[in-house]
Amino acid sequence: MELTFYIAAAVAVLSTIMVITRYNIIHALLYLVVSFLSVAVVFFTLGAPFMAALEVIIYAGAIVVLIIFVIMMLNLTQEDVQREKEWLNPSIWVGPAILSAVLLAELVYIVAAGTPPQTEGAVVAVDAKLVGLSLFGPYILGVQLCGIMLTAGIVGAYHLGRQKKKVIHRFLQERSAAA
Amino acid sequence: MSASTMEAALLLAGVLFMLGLISVLIRRNIIFMLISVEIMLNAAGLAFIVAGSRWVQPDGQVMFIFILTMAAAEVSVGLALILQIYHQLKTLDSDAASFMKG
Repeated sequence: MELTFYIAAAVAVLSTIMVITRYNIIHALLYLVVSFLSVAVVFFTLGAPFMAALEVIIYAGAIVVLIIFVIMMLNLTQEDVQREKEWLNPSIWVGPAILSAVLLAELVYIVAAGTPPQTEGAVVAVDAKLVGLSLFGPYILGVQLCGIMLTAGIVGAYHLGRQKKKVIHRFLQERSAAA
Repeated sequence: MSASTMEAALLLAGVLFMLGLISVLIRRNIIFMLISVEIMLNAAGLAFIVAGSRWVQPDGQVMFIFILTMAAAEVSVGLALILQIYHQLKTLDSDAASFMKG
């Protein structure tokens, strides 16, 4: 369990360094997913399996997909055959693939090893039931504030992301059509 | 949980946070800056998880859920702002928006 933590931590730092040094956004996002996955493994080794699942689902899933959607909407890249050929170049995806293979090997090891006998100084897992009881007990005000903040976020994103239609008078329209 | 693991985990959180901060400072592409903010929020959440795991209390994980919610709301509003800036200025360079006043 100790060794898996250190390997996952090394993968997290390496992939984060790769994120901040890429020039292409999509390549950076590929390493960002690996970074989130390795932090999820760190959570697992620290005894927070439910948070590891949330990290994978929300960070590596939802947030990264949202950023990719916006990049696609901006249509920054000229799609041509050359670039498509460049995307299939193994040198781009071999780095994230190796780092994720390390994480997969760790996961297989952890599952195969099963629960180790409790020793002195071992990690004690805090299960999701305790978290839920705490979340809807003493922290209920925080949950309600989170709901308000998410509502404000949705309304704000809609308001900011809306395209304002330019209304042109029909005389001007005719003129611009004639010109 | 041994003390050395906790120190290493806190060190990891610090290193990840510093990497995000460096990226915010050196990058001028506005999407990269948003990604860096995500990295920093993730590192802060990691520190909370480490603390919760050290004292075997659920509070750290509750705080991580709050950070997660805030990150989701932040990224949606931030991406809407990026779309608006791109439509106004036709570029993702954050220096291009420096002429805004007030």
